[in-house]
Amino acid sequence: MSFITGVGLTSYGKHEGKSTLDLMSEAAALAITDAGLKRGEIDGILCGYSTTMPHIMLATVFAEHFGIRPAYCHAVQVGGATGMAMMMLAHHVAEAGLARHVLVVGGENRLTGQSRDASIQALAQVGHPAYEVPLGPTIPAYYGLVASRYMHEFGVTEEDLAEFAVLMRAHAVTHPGAQFRDKITVADVMASKPVASPLKLLDCCPVSDGGAAMVISREPTTDVAIRIAGCAQAHTHQHVTMIPAFDDMGAAISLGRAKAASGMDVGQVRYAGIYDSFTITLAMLLEELGLAARGAAAAMVRSGHFGRDSAVPLNTHGGLLSYGHCGVGGAMAHVVETHLQMTARAGDRQIQHDIPVALLHGDGGVLSSHVSMFLERVR
Amino acid sequence: MSGVQRRADWTGGEPAIVYQHCEACGHVQYFRKAFCESCGAPEPAVKQASGKGVVYATSLVMRAATPETRAHVPYNIVLVDAAEGFRMMAHGDRDLAIGDAVTVRFERFTDRLIPFFQKSK
Repeated sequence: MSFITGVGLTSYGKHEGKSTLDLMSEAAALAITDAGLKRGEIDGILCGYSTTMPHIMLATVFAEHFGIRPAYCHAVQVGGATGMAMMMLAHHVAEAGLARHVLVVGGENRLTGQSRDASIQALAQVGHPAYEVPLGPTIPAYYGLVASRYMHEFGVTEEDLAEFAVLMRAHAVTHPGAQFRDKITVADVMASKPVASPLKLLDCCPVSDGGAAMVISREPTTDVAIRIAGCAQAHTHQHVTMIPAFDDMGAAISLGRAKAASGMDVGQVRYAGIYDSFTITLAMLLEELGLAARGAAAAMVRSGHFGRDSAVPLNTHGGLLSYGHCGVGGAMAHVVETHLQMTARAGDRQIQHDIPVALLHGDGGVLSSHVSMFLERVR
Repeated sequence: MSGVQRRADWTGGEPAIVYQHCEACGHVQYFRKAFCESCGAPEPAVKQASGKGVVYATSLVMRAATPETRAHVPYNIVLVDAAEGFRMMAHGDRDLAIGDAVTVRFERFTDRLIPFFQKSK
C-alpha cells in the first residue's frame, strides 16, 4: 500500500526572479510539512524536467540543493503526464520498500524564465523532427487537428468546447492561487483570439510559473489517510501523425488497467482530476474515461455536471486552463486539489459531499501517454 | 537496391512523397526507418506516393512560434490519409474540409519545400 501523506502547491502565474529550483523547493517544503515529516525523513525523490533548466540529472541537482541524500532518486519524463507517472512510480517504490517517504516534485519558471515564443517553440519539438516540425505546427495545432476530427466524428461544436473553459474559470475564480480569476462566458471564449483552429486563446491553457509536490509514503503520517488504490498507464504513439482511431485511444486503455489494478470502477468516483491542457483534451478525456458519453460531455457541463455542487466535481482549483500550467507541476495541482477535497481542507471551495473515491488522469504528448489512478480515503 | 532506399522526398528538398512497404507483412509506413515498425523485418521497400489522398483533419495556424513561420500566418496544417494507406502531415488550401479528396503540389514554406494539398479536380 501507499498513501499520499502530504501535498504542497504554490500559486501559478508570474513568480518573477524565481528559478526552477526555487519553485520546486517551495512546493517540496510545503508538502513535507503537510505530511508532518522532517526534511531528513524523505528517503526517495522523483522529479520531472524543466524547459528553463535542462539538466541530465535534475533529481540529484534538486536533492543536493534541497539538502537531502536520498536512497532512491531520479527524474522522469512523460510530458504532461510526468506528475502522474511519478506518483505511480512512487507508489510502487514505496510498496516495494525501496523508500519510506518519496517526495514527488515539479516546478518551473516557464513563464518568466523564457520568452513565450521560446516556450511554444520548445514544446512544439514533441513533433516529428523530419515529418512534422518543418511544417511549423505548434502544440495548439497538434490538438487543433485532433479537435477538428473529434468534432467531425461526434458532432461537437466550438461552443461545446467553450463550456469547459468557462467551467474551469468558474472554479478558478474561488482559488486565490489561480493564474486567471476573472469570470468568463462562452461568448468570451468564442470571441478570443484564434490560435490554431478550432482552438482559440481561451481554449488553451496558459504558460505559468509554479511548483507542486507531494509525499507518497508506505504508511499514513496524519489523521487522514488517502490511499493510492491502483494506477496504470498506456502509451499508444508519440506523434499526432500516428494517433490511433478514437475507438482505440490510450485513455480508455490505461483506465481499464487502473480499474483492474484497483478493483474500482468509475461509478464509485465522487471527484475527478482530469488533464485539461486544452478544452478538447478535457472533452475527449471525460468521454474516454466514461465520465460522459461520446460527444455528450459539453451538454453535461451545461446542465450542471462537473461543477462544485455536482455528483462528480471536476478540477475545482481551475485546472490547467485557469489555475495554470507550469509543465511538470501543471497537472500535479490537480492531485493537490483532489487531496485537499478528499481530506476536507479545501476551505471556501470545499465540496459538500463525502469523497471516498477519486479518479485522476494525466496525458502527455498529443494524447500519447496516459496515466490513470484511483484514490481512496481509508480514514 | 540501395539507390532506391535513398530515394529523396520533400524532407530532403525533393518534390516527392515517399513511403515504405514491408514485403514480409504488408505493412505501410510513412516515417522512414531501416525496419518495418510492425514486424521488424529489415529494409522495407521505399516507394513514391501518388500524392492523392483524403483529408483526415485540419488546423489553421494563426499564432506561430518563430519569425520564419510567422511570415506565413495563417497557414493550414492538414493530416491526409494517402491513397497508399499511410497518414501524413502537410499544408493545404484554407477551404479544405475533412473528407475532401486532395492532390499534392509542393510549395515553399520558410526555407523548405513542403507538400501542399488542394482539392482534386
